[in-house]
Amino acid sequence: MKKIVVEGLKYKYPMTEELALKDISFEVEEGEFIGIIGKNSSGKSTLCQALVGLVPHFYKGAYGGKVLVDGLEVRSHTIADISLKVGMVFQNPFTQVTGSKMTVYEEIAFGLENIGLPREEMRQRIDEVLKLMKIEHVKDHSPFDLSGGQMQRMAIASIIAMKPDILVLDEPTSQLDPAGSEEVFHSIQDLSRQGITVVMAEQKIEKIAQYCSRVLLLYDGKLVDFDTPEKIFSRDDLKDYGVTAPVYTRVCKALGVKKQRCDVYPVTLEDAELALRGTIK
Amino acid sequence: MIKVSNLSFSYSEKAQSVLADINLEFDHRTTAIIGQNGAGKTTFVKLLKGLLRASQGEILIGDYDVKMKTAAELARKIGLVFQNPNDQIFKRTVLDEAMFGLLNIKMGKYTAEKLAVSALETVGLGDKLEMNPHDLSLSEKKLLCIASVVAMETDVVIFDEPTIAQDDAGKEIIRKIIQELKKKNKLVMTIIHDMDFVAENFERTIVINKGKVLLDGSTREVFSQKEVLNEANVEPPGITQLAEKLGLKKTILTVEEFLQECAK
Repeated sequence: MKKIVVEGLKYKYPMTEELALKDISFEVEEGEFIGIIGKNSSGKSTLCQALVGLVPHFYKGAYGGKVLVDGLEVRSHTIADISLKVGMVFQNPFTQVTGSKMTVYEEIAFGLENIGLPREEMRQRIDEVLKLMKIEHVKDHSPFDLSGGQMQRMAIASIIAMKPDILVLDEPTSQLDPAGSEEVFHSIQDLSRQGITVVMAEQKIEKIAQYCSRVLLLYDGKLVDFDTPEKIFSRDDLKDYGVTAPVYTRVCKALGVKKQRCDVYPVTLEDAELALRGTIK
Repeated sequence: MIKVSNLSFSYSEKAQSVLADINLEFDHRTTAIIGQNGAGKTTFVKLLKGLLRASQGEILIGDYDVKMKTAAELARKIGLVFQNPNDQIFKRTVLDEAMFGLLNIKMGKYTAEKLAVSALETVGLGDKLEMNPHDLSLSEKKLLCIASVVAMETDVVIFDEPTIAQDDAGKEIIRKIIQELKKKNKLVMTIIHDMDFVAENFERTIVINKGKVLLDGSTREVFSQKEVLNEANVEPPGITQLAEKLGLKKTILTVEEFLQECAK
């Protein structure tokens, strides 16, 4: 089933001259884990916001084309309606925190209170996500006393607690240490395996290569390519779009070693090891 | 340039100490400080900058004893780029923000503006001088904070997670700034989670784990000690791991090194 359908999406922020998104079309199946890559200001965050309705409802501006999330047309529905289907984790957790709650526990409850969930279920869901994101020990702290990493975990927790069908994340692990971001990627992969559709904008290219089923490459507001990580990172013109392939791909490409029985280069540590074993003394 | 002796710190008397008995000396080598979230890295640099007071021990920066100086006096010696730009930015325009520190150390307006503009040009914000900093993207905000600190021309420059939200072009700008500062004989120190960036850009690496120095040495030496790194939950760069898995003897730090080694 198609969970996300984007057709000829064009968008221009108010008071700007140029389109931020230029005629973008793509479709995402249920349970896919999609990575959005591209250099800064190529439109990654704007596209994320178009999936949850902040574009155009919050930012206004000029809008053309169509975005359907789980069959709901974003343009003709309110952000409140859309929020029941799609949840978004912001790039900077600081901008996501409501500022109206005194503890991490209440902060995570905010969205749930707004959709009028029964108290018992709220408690259950909050306990669950606190555990999943490993922030149980700070549940009574003020959201603003958290470290960057903890705040980011809280931001993700408060969205996952809403149990959206579609999860949109904008660089959700930027403040986390490598072990922490590995954990978060793992949890998100679990959610995607449970059938949740995930769309994630990310600079950590090695992670995208490892976890995503397909990768969407943006450049200057345009969709350049939408394919498997191997195909995307094997492209010869990647540099032109301000993106560098994972180190594993770069090495294999330089040595001319492709993935076994495929016409693409390896993109993960495991695949590169497999391909290079025997070719290097 | 910096000498830290027997440094300990805790946020309150009852709380467990965040840093315990740290002894370190810093020379002119570019230095990366790595370790898990909560290891004490940010606390350590805040102590150097005089934003926190040590519970025990001594920090000397050049001939300054940090304990005896105010944060204002230290501002001429040591610059710190915060992890979260929102904690650092509070002026109305990009130019005012970059000039703020300079005016505070009593520099004339003309010179301050010149230095600020030049620093902003280095980070690619030269055409956004009149913009409100809060309208910048996260990566631009980080670059603005970097420019504001670099413009101060302090002997010591510390970055806390400079590469967050940066794309390849942004990282390249930061790489160049680090090289420039090094050329000017400044001490550059960085807290960072991006191990590839560490391997490519820093001469010395210090691993902090649970408030203690676990490893300290040349970056190559540090990344060769897989087991000890494991203890601190730190992984060597991807390329180092690949080389190790394939049985290359030398500790590899960059793609170029890997290819050279293969060509042998």
